Amino acid sequence: MTATTPRNPNVSGDGAREALSLQMRRLDTRARVHMAVVVVLLALCLVLLPSLVSGYYVIALTQVVVYAIVALGLGLLVGRVGLVSLGQAAVLALGSWVAARLLFATALPYPLVLLLSGLITMVLGTLVGLPALRMRGLYLALITLMLAGAITTVLATTNFPNGGHGFLGYNGASVQPPAIRRPSIATSDPAFLRYSIVVAILMFLLVGWHLRSRPGRAWAAIRQSEASALAAGINTTRYKLWAFALASFLAGVAGGLLAGSDKFLYSYDFQTQDSITLLAVVLMGGVYNVWGAVIAALFMQLLPQILNQIGVSPYWLIVLFGVGALQVLTTAPAGIVDQMPKDLARLGRLIIRLVRRPAASQGGAQ
Amino acid sequence: MIEISNLTVRFGGVTPLDGVTLTFEQGTCGLIGPNGAGKSTFFNVLSGFVRPASGSVTAFGEDLLAMAHFNRARWGVRRTFQTEQAIEQLSVFDNVAMIHEHSKLTRASRRADALEAISFVGLEIDPDRKVGTLGAAERRLVEVARAVVGRPRLVLLDEPAAGLPEEETTHMGEVIRRIPEETGALVILVDHDMSLVSACCGVTSVLDFGKLIASGTTAEVLRNENVIRAYLGTELIEDEVTA
Repeated sequence: MTATTPRNPNVSGDGAREALSLQMRRLDTRARVHMAVVVVLLALCLVLLPSLVSGYYVIALTQVVVYAIVALGLGLLVGRVGLVSLGQAAVLALGSWVAARLLFATALPYPLVLLLSGLITMVLGTLVGLPALRMRGLYLALITLMLAGAITTVLATTNFPNGGHGFLGYNGASVQPPAIRRPSIATSDPAFLRYSIVVAILMFLLVGWHLRSRPGRAWAAIRQSEASALAAGINTTRYKLWAFALASFLAGVAGGLLAGSDKFLYSYDFQTQDSITLLAVVLMGGVYNVWGAVIAALFMQLLPQILNQIGVSPYWLIVLFGVGALQVLTTAPAGIVDQMPKDLARLGRLIIRLVRRPAASQGGAQ
Repeated sequence: MIEISNLTVRFGGVTPLDGVTLTFEQGTCGLIGPNGAGKSTFFNVLSGFVRPASGSVTAFGEDLLAMAHFNRARWGVRRTFQTEQAIEQLSVFDNVAMIHEHSKLTRASRRADALEAISFVGLEIDPDRKVGTLGAAERRLVEVARAVVGRPRLVLLDEPAAGLPEEETTHMGEVIRRIPEETGALVILVDHDMSLVSACCGVTSVLDFGKLIASGTTAEVLRNENVIRAYLGTELIEDEVTA
């Protein structure tokens, strides 16, 4: 290091090192506080929430949890890898078909069924995504939308398993089809909500672990520039496929929860446009932060129920989501999860200034 | 040693590289030429982003063109880009360590090697800082650190000092000069800054309209009439365009 020009005049010598370690320690404290808040919130959701809210909202919140897992996968594709998929809700439908079939056909324990439906959906979703991976941007979005349409059409023809026989497991003549089973420890709605939250936490941890390790770094490189990622020795096709596989796995697991939550699945509950709505809310929630997925799911699954309860047509939400997605794309690309704390802090500063100003002027007068 | 033989690249009716035969022996070699001479295309062929219509590239006895593009980094081809491409979302350390992660080297030496590369380029900043928060000169240095970490064999630098002020350019030049002696890699430097090229490169080759028009010691090449004409010619054309 003979030829080194001073890069940063403010940072030099021991004083700088001390300042730096202090900064690091402060950062650590912040991270610790952050972690504590998350744990407390999760504990509240897990313990109190299911017993506090009415049965109507317990079901709605279970849907929120299911969609948070799907949104997590889509946010990963869009935000971390730069792949825009317009077919993720269809992959969820595929996942719940697989899970329902497994639940009727086998007596496997529920966690194993979730894992299997995740893995099978992962294989199917990846196969479907394989040709699409040669494309980017608008073309990829179009292809995935068409695939979503295809999946919806096929499911409308095959129907969802309802305890019938054969590969499809559908019996059209069945008047009172049996319900899809739930895990024995979570047969009631609040218990199933708790069960779903635990599964969701595991899925968030799985994604967090991915983002912090080798694939997360490779995805960040691909998102910034594919050429530079290749030049760094990253097999971009493999890592893009990995992201697709992970997002499909998440949708498959979520599908397993959805099957248990709904108990009866009907193909008309799954529409192609759900995938488009999902992308809009995921963008609104924020694709660069895993918590954006929770906000997205609240928008997509809780808001319509609230509107229903107060007698407003949830169709208005389509307009709201359109405007919201536009607003995010133009002014706040990191979504609400990033914008909200900033706006709240700004609001807080404004209030503090308003409160302080009269006090300060009084002090000046004396 | 890199031997390029009769290398031709065609994009439709354009021929950015036209039968280039050239050998880079060792140390830091310059590659200059007016805009559109084919320098970046040449780098893209070596990186595997562009498939040549004909010709061969032999690097240290191995056929480079037969390797998949992402495997070339594993083998030891490293490069920087004209518009700097360090990954904004990741820390300085992760940016550098990532190259190590996708090479043949094991995990054991990763941390030490990455920190060594960061200090080699003279970056005196917290390695955990996100690249997105750095200034232009620091980002350029991160990119060079990415190019030298581990065991590079061929380092391609595409205008590494573009847009940098004079002091930073001098520092960059000093870093580039030390790459061959520290890592043993062959360095090819593309730049428009002739003082940087003169300071770093013992030998220089000149491309113009996809053809090699001169090659030799840098001082000789910069005095070469054809080279001067190629550069002046472009300037005149550029003047006409802007006028």
